Amino acid sequence: MTALLELRDIWVEYGDKIVLERLSIELAEGSFVGVVGASGAGKSTFLRLILGQEAPTRGQVLLDGKPMRAECADDRGVVFQRYSVFPHLTALGNVMFGLECAGAPFTARLFGARRRAARDAAVEMLAAVGLEHNLDVYPAQMSGGMQQRLAIAQALVKHPRILLLDEPFGALDPGIRLDMHELITRLWREHGLTIVMVTHDIREAFKLGTRVLAFDKRRRDPQAPHRYGATVTYDLPLDRKTTPPQALVEALGGPELQQGYTE
Amino acid sequence: MRRLVDIRPKRGLRILLGALPILALILLYLVASETRHAENAADKVLPTFAAMAEAIHGFTTATDPASGRVQLVADTLASLYRLGIGLGIATATALLLGLLLGAVPLARALLGPVITIIAVIPPIAVLPILFIVLGLDEASKIALIAIGVAPYMTRDMAGFVGNLPTEQFAKAQTLGANSWQLAIRVALPQLMPRLIDALRLSMGPAWVFLIAAEAVASDVGLGYRIFLVRRYFAMDIILPYVAWISLLAIGADAILLFISRRGFSWAHGGSR
Repeated sequence: MTALLELRDIWVEYGDKIVLERLSIELAEGSFVGVVGASGAGKSTFLRLILGQEAPTRGQVLLDGKPMRAECADDRGVVFQRYSVFPHLTALGNVMFGLECAGAPFTARLFGARRRAARDAAVEMLAAVGLEHNLDVYPAQMSGGMQQRLAIAQALVKHPRILLLDEPFGALDPGIRLDMHELITRLWREHGLTIVMVTHDIREAFKLGTRVLAFDKRRRDPQAPHRYGATVTYDLPLDRKTTPPQALVEALGGPELQQGYTE
Repeated sequence: MRRLVDIRPKRGLRILLGALPILALILLYLVASETRHAENAADKVLPTFAAMAEAIHGFTTATDPASGRVQLVADTLASLYRLGIGLGIATATALLLGLLLGAVPLARALLGPVITIIAVIPPIAVLPILFIVLGLDEASKIALIAIGVAPYMTRDMAGFVGNLPTEQFAKAQTLGANSWQLAIRVALPQLMPRLIDALRLSMGPAWVFLIAAEAVASDVGLGYRIFLVRRYFAMDIILPYVAWISLLAIGADAILLFISRRGFSWAHGGSR
């Protein structure tokens, strides 16, 4: 399979602090990549790199073989843990937003037949995430799970090449989280998505992913810990049945990570 | 025993409680007024309600020689005109500059410091400058209100836009929005209820600037009238005028709140 996204010898530095070092990785189209690592191990920086919110200090990011500009664009969709939806728009308005931006550069609003087409596409997408009965509801009236469903629909309606998920289910109740796992798995299969999901939850990464990347520092300098950056320490292809290696579970620690999910 | 902080009055009790201090104040005034009039029937400091009613009858029927309108109407219209135009200019400025400063870091770097400097100047201190530059007509009074209120509102707007979650801007960009679309579809609509809030808070200072400007140089207006009749100790006119001004202020606030609830229900957590 050709690499959809390629990171070549990436370094990210803030002043004299090195966050990521010597990071080279290729992501295949159609993969579901779980990204795990301790806090401060550069998971979020990695995500912001792909998103284009941040430029690497050294190295190259290639999307479809072409160098990617360090700028958010509509070929990469994103769902954050919070603030992913616009509070002033209804569910329908939130999903139509991306279509309206593309269709009307100046007013960002569509009218007539084009509006109806956009509306139909948005309704279809909302139905796909199970929000077909909440078209005119504002995010403030929705539960956390519904808001994340909406955020996913909002991103998918633009058919992004890669969908980036930044701890998307971190703030949800365990039961709701299981529903969301089912939803994202179904959408991934049906729409042939390529997903990169950052999560604190190692079981979640192993349950959902076809590949897990674990970020950590290879080298440590006790006198100047900030001088060594993190990189990918585990790169595990999964068949959705693999369990996390004990060494990785211990490295990330925390009893809350040890609890398995019941399906 | 329930704690004091946990006792929440129901609606009926709340209205009753709220009315108590108002009734007490009116009663206190009545007693004080009666006592003074018992000592000196010609007392002008605390006029009786009957005297005030007579004064009200006077300024709601007598016509203003300049405009030919009833005095109270002429004063109210003149004041509301100045207030409306001044606040309108301030609101429009704050909206545009706030959006620009909040959303565009380059604009913030360019204009932020000068707006901060203008905001710390006490507006009344520049009133003489305005009179000299703009003359004693409407322009200087309107300018005082606009200058007095706009910098605060602008900074509030810019701060609000700057504090919108970066996730929202990133998300909008991944949905294909350009800078202009971000400004008008993401920042502007969320700014509107905040703008109305800032306007509500600015009404108080705006009235202060209006009355100050009218007191110094004017020939019609609510502030002008109060300061004019002060020379004759006409408390029977001043007190109803003050009450009328507070009624106007309460009315304006209620209208703005209504607009905000009606137009931006998402900001008040309600359904449409």
